[in-house]
Amino acid sequence: MPELRDIQPRETIRIGFMPLLDAAIPVVAARCGFARKYGLEIELVRETSWANVRDRLAIGHFDAAHLLAPLPIAATLGLTPYDVPLVVPMTLGHGGNAITVSETVWQAMVTAMPEVVANDPVTTGQALKQVILVRRQRGEAPLALAVVHPYSSHNYELRYWLAASGIDPDEDVAIAILPPPYMPDALAARRIDGFCVGEPWNSVAAQRSAGRIILTKQAIWPASPDKVLALRADWAEAHGDLVDRLMLALIESALWCAEPAYLEPLVEIMSGPDILGVDAESIRPALSGALVLADGPHVIPGMLDFAGGDANFPWKSHALWYLAQMIRWRQASPAPEAGERAAAVYRPDLYRKAAMHLGLSAPEADFRHEAGSATKPSLGFFDGMTFDPEDLLPGCCIAR
Amino acid sequence: MPDQRPSDSQALSILVIDEDEIRASIIREGLREAGHQRVHVISVMDGLVRAVEDLAPDVIVIDLANPSRDLVEHLSQVSRAVRRPVAMFVDQSDAGIMEAAISAGVSAYVVDGLRKDRVKAILDMAVARFTAYSRLRDELESTRQALEDRKAIDRAKAILQKLRGVSEEEAYHLIRRKAMAENRRMGEVARALVSTADLLTGTDP
Repeated sequence: MPELRDIQPRETIRIGFMPLLDAAIPVVAARCGFARKYGLEIELVRETSWANVRDRLAIGHFDAAHLLAPLPIAATLGLTPYDVPLVVPMTLGHGGNAITVSETVWQAMVTAMPEVVANDPVTTGQALKQVILVRRQRGEAPLALAVVHPYSSHNYELRYWLAASGIDPDEDVAIAILPPPYMPDALAARRIDGFCVGEPWNSVAAQRSAGRIILTKQAIWPASPDKVLALRADWAEAHGDLVDRLMLALIESALWCAEPAYLEPLVEIMSGPDILGVDAESIRPALSGALVLADGPHVIPGMLDFAGGDANFPWKSHALWYLAQMIRWRQASPAPEAGERAAAVYRPDLYRKAAMHLGLSAPEADFRHEAGSATKPSLGFFDGMTFDPEDLLPGCCIAR
Repeated sequence: MPDQRPSDSQALSILVIDEDEIRASIIREGLREAGHQRVHVISVMDGLVRAVEDLAPDVIVIDLANPSRDLVEHLSQVSRAVRRPVAMFVDQSDAGIMEAAISAGVSAYVVDGLRKDRVKAILDMAVARFTAYSRLRDELESTRQALEDRKAIDRAKAILQKLRGVSEEEAYHLIRRKAMAENRRMGEVARALVSTADLLTGTDP
């Protein structure tokens, strides 16, 4: 492990990112001196598609990337066009996304079910189901709901919530794919009826009166991952010292991002034209947890947690949950070794090593049972379902 | 679904997706010169899925700056009418051409089952033309820059001649010496001088 001094000459690490708030940890590490503290220079490259981030990571244009949590698993299992083994040493926070629908859909939801409450997955799900039934009776086209990528937390959370509400994501709605910054415009132009995307794009749509935020990720699956830091497996293997230093810089950056006292500097950095290029007013809601949802202002604890608890810990059981969703929605076949391979992508050992060096605690286990409990009722899925990683590891089969 | 794979004797249907319309037409011309007659160009994102359903392309060429790439890659998950597009590079042996394509800023997808050697020439052509196009754009940019520098230097010379009573040649050498001393381009020094003079004389830019 390196000493805490500015090592000269510094080594450059190029990190690709998409314009989303949860890119904050690498952005702040590059801008606020955390990289320099560990002898690194982080060069940030903003990209226009997740496919570009993945490809440029794969061929070595990037050393590291801000990536959708399930994408490194898909790339390692060979489900994406250019399959290359990736590793995930760190989660870039918990939460951070939400579901927004058009004004028309929200009004129809209220008409169908006056008692609907925003950020309540049960009543919003019931109301949306009523809207879908009415539209079908009238012979109208199914609702078009957009996600950013097939291998994204957004896709799986949206589908999880729809399915738990009695809506078949493949039959009852049409799921489209759009890059995050295009969501508000597409909703305003009525090309889609709703979307699930990371912040600030929900708040941008709401502030432009293009849509209403009905549900946050926090309400569907509290304290769950969304983006991760991804490295090429062979690069990480060959550059152990650089990985260690990068991890220290990023964990310190995460602590800074999570500090309420630094909210305003963080808002300013993230709204910059070379990072997100949107107004501070659109960025502040998710960072402060004070969002205006479809029925008014809400305060949502844990809306976007950059650090604290296990917000940066890459649970192998989360990798398995994503694999389970890929199998559930027929993106992957349940091969016997798939569970082992998916779990191997997430590397809690790398996180633990860096956390220990910084005197931070980290879970001792690599797997956990996803469920609410008497002591921690905030964990677990909104519908009370549990996820036991043991179900997947040996046989890797799951019922749809 | 019936097997819609193109046989080797059939003409390939090629879709070019590029928001830069000039570059897209350069690619289309290149494809036509190579004997491909079924070439379509889309430069807006709107209605992309419908266009792909209607055209049923065997090959899709897309610029890397295009945000539609995530959509193109997963069209078959979005629309059942679309045949599965796969990237032209599927294994490590393609790393060289993939690197070349990404550096040039272009990517390509083919429908599953199409023989790769039939379409490699298409990507090679696209890579070459993308590279040539960006070189052309760089050259244009540097020509424009040179022209603007020239204009600024002329104005700066005139200001120096007036303020310091020097000849045109002496004014030129003053600017050049300053630029060399400060390790800046002459155009930059001239522009700074012009804007300072504008400030002092109260001329609005």
